[in-house]
Amino acid sequence: MDEVSLQQQVLKAIESRAPLRISAGKTKAFMGQDATGTLVDLGSHCGIIEYDPRELVLTARSGTRLSEIEKALADAGQMLAFEPPYFGSDATLGGTISAGLSGPRRPYSGSARDFVLGCKVLNGRGEIASFGGQVMKNVAGYDVSRLLAGSHGTLGILLEISLKVLPRPASSITVSRECSQEDAISIMSEFLSRPYPVDGACHDGERAHLRISGSSQAVKEARKKIPGDILPDADQFWHDLREQKLPFFHRPGTLYRIAVKPASRPLHLNGHWLLDWGGAQRWLYSEEDVATIRHQTALSGGHVTAFRNGRNSTPLPPPLSALHQRLKASFDPEDIFNRGHIFATL
Amino acid sequence: MNHLISELKSLLPAESVLYDREDLRPFECDGLSVYRQLPMVVVLPDTIEEVQKVVRLCREHNVPVVARGAGTGLSGGALPLENGVLLSLAKFKRIIDIDVENAMATVEPGVRNLAISEAASRFGLYYAPDPSSQIACTIGGNVAENSGGVHCLKYGLTVHNILMLKVVTMEGELLTIGGQTLDTPGYDLLALMTGSEGLLGIIVEVTVKLLPKPERAQVVLAAFDDVARAGEAVGAIIAAGIIPAGLEMMDRLAIQAAEDFAHAGYPRDAEAILLCELDGTHAEVSEYIMEVRKILTDNGATEVRTAKDEAERQLFWKGRKSAFPAVGRISPDYYCMDGTIPRSQLPRVLRQISDWSAEYGLPVANVFHAGDGNLHPLILFDGNKPGELERTEEFGSRILDLCVEVGGTITGEHGVGVEKIDQMCTQFKSAELAQFHAIKAAFDPSGLLNPGKAIPTLHRCAEFGAMHVHHGRLPHAELERF
Repeated sequence: MDEVSLQQQVLKAIESRAPLRISAGKTKAFMGQDATGTLVDLGSHCGIIEYDPRELVLTARSGTRLSEIEKALADAGQMLAFEPPYFGSDATLGGTISAGLSGPRRPYSGSARDFVLGCKVLNGRGEIASFGGQVMKNVAGYDVSRLLAGSHGTLGILLEISLKVLPRPASSITVSRECSQEDAISIMSEFLSRPYPVDGACHDGERAHLRISGSSQAVKEARKKIPGDILPDADQFWHDLREQKLPFFHRPGTLYRIAVKPASRPLHLNGHWLLDWGGAQRWLYSEEDVATIRHQTALSGGHVTAFRNGRNSTPLPPPLSALHQRLKASFDPEDIFNRGHIFATL
Repeated sequence: MNHLISELKSLLPAESVLYDREDLRPFECDGLSVYRQLPMVVVLPDTIEEVQKVVRLCREHNVPVVARGAGTGLSGGALPLENGVLLSLAKFKRIIDIDVENAMATVEPGVRNLAISEAASRFGLYYAPDPSSQIACTIGGNVAENSGGVHCLKYGLTVHNILMLKVVTMEGELLTIGGQTLDTPGYDLLALMTGSEGLLGIIVEVTVKLLPKPERAQVVLAAFDDVARAGEAVGAIIAAGIIPAGLEMMDRLAIQAAEDFAHAGYPRDAEAILLCELDGTHAEVSEYIMEVRKILTDNGATEVRTAKDEAERQLFWKGRKSAFPAVGRISPDYYCMDGTIPRSQLPRVLRQISDWSAEYGLPVANVFHAGDGNLHPLILFDGNKPGELERTEEFGSRILDLCVEVGGTITGEHGVGVEKIDQMCTQFKSAELAQFHAIKAAFDPSGLLNPGKAIPTLHRCAEFGAMHVHHGRLPHAELERF
């Protein structure tokens, strides 16, 4: 769908104050609250607009398949360093940035929003506006393009996105060792302050896995200093972790995502745990009630979301919540985009 | 004494409220001293509660507030207002916590950038963004400007290296934005607040991410007899899959000024030099040095030198980091531009700057963060010669328009402030400017925080546009002209 027809659809919705529900690959439909309204399908608003490996910048339309983008990057020896989860082969760039999801490399390379350089957006006044740009350093105006990352389509329709990309590491291995969750937390925390090229660290309930990536010399050198066994099929393992395909994720029931400081001690909650992001993102299947989970998470200074098979998240404190509503209204005064998708009040 | 000042004196200790002309003088400008203005009053609160009290009082009296850190900014962002309160955060100098296990530090906004790395050093950690003014500039100001530095290509800007802010709004509310976790529920207000130039809130506490100090850093210096060839070499290093920790370029005039000042051992006869710093583990750095040396030679470098020891590495950087004061020595005044361009456009932009330099009769020294495309042309002029500042500003504004035209931006790291407010009209259309104003109103409905900076009014752009018509297109055509 082209920009002009999208703009017409939005102007019509504004006139009748009828909400719009934005979608493309439908791979992240399980996230957030159900939005109501007429479907805006961005799946056909696609294509890579510009990519020059020497500039480390890629610009594409929001409906471009993530797989197409990653293929183009891989052909030039580059990658999206935030290692985005797909959650389905139809995942698009727009959905990935709107959901703001990042994979195992997140604590070491940065998040989806960290790599956003600029975007073109269709706002709730029916206007097309561009923020940021195609350059690494840009402080003209407020950083709207990074604000839109992770806003779940509630502020506008992303039309185009420019991202910083990085070279793929020349070499990568994963070192594993059996240990308790508590020991894994200490090990992973230690690597936050040691100059080793670690770019992934998790504990799957039984073993800690450290991914080491960089120049072939750097990887060889680090291997000598980090005890453990080499994990075979490591690429598949990190892929399955990112896509929630490991056996751990085959359980029924609500999957909670708990974000805490990486070195936080194990939380006092019964259930099955998997720690990613060096301990900063923890997945939990638990029979405990939501209030207990929320309370224990708060004691660790963290926040919790029912990521799959549940629709709860940590509410915002009142002054911040009011600011969110004013900000939402500043982009979308008639509240037409993904109404109620993040919080009931947004 | 006016009513507001006496009320401020009832809220704060006597020495924290300055209103004598002589006491106001040190606050009349920031690092861009061509703009000067005495504020009505300066306050130096010592606690968050005091900041809240001052702000609430100003809100009640409808008096604007300008927050200030060390005053090293280069765009007039902390320029006082004649009828306003200048709120200095100079007393917020405490390092609250260094959390080694989680590799983060919580500090007050008046802590100097370098002081964070110094305090973290004994744990093998440091704070990555390193603007050239890092000895003096404060973290609060860094957040307000989204400061960069020579290591941004690999380690990012301020926005990539902070986790949490405590912010006082113009209503006097204390908000926590972001968190000690890697994300927080709701919108990414941390990104929005970073680089907002004091228009959205007053930063009263900052939690930064710390990184492990690399085992080793090494720098390679390469000389070129052609600026475009040096630019090619930069692209070739990146295409080879190497992300240098720092990648800096200087042209002939900048090289000569820096060499005379710092005696860094730069080749004075080169048209351009590149400084390429590589960091990481010992073996990794050795491997990359070999590769980079080969790429530089293959791309026509006339000389390639690796610093023979740490002292020489420091010396190579000293030359680069002192480029601005070095240029200051060879000219009565200089005007520093801060555009960013796609790297591939470098030859075209430098050629155009050189042509304009001849046209205006004003020499230009170019210092370039080559890795990330951030160009600092320094225009040399003499402010005592009538009309020369105006011609310099006109020249500068043409350079910034050119940066936008080739797909870049008017400011890479120095901010808009008062200096580049008219160029904002070149870079943005009415829809974007209106969105910026709507965001401002969501945070600061009274519009009292640092008014008149960073974002031009649509009317200002309409007037500016009437004077600067580009390619026959009248910007902001929907607005009436006057």
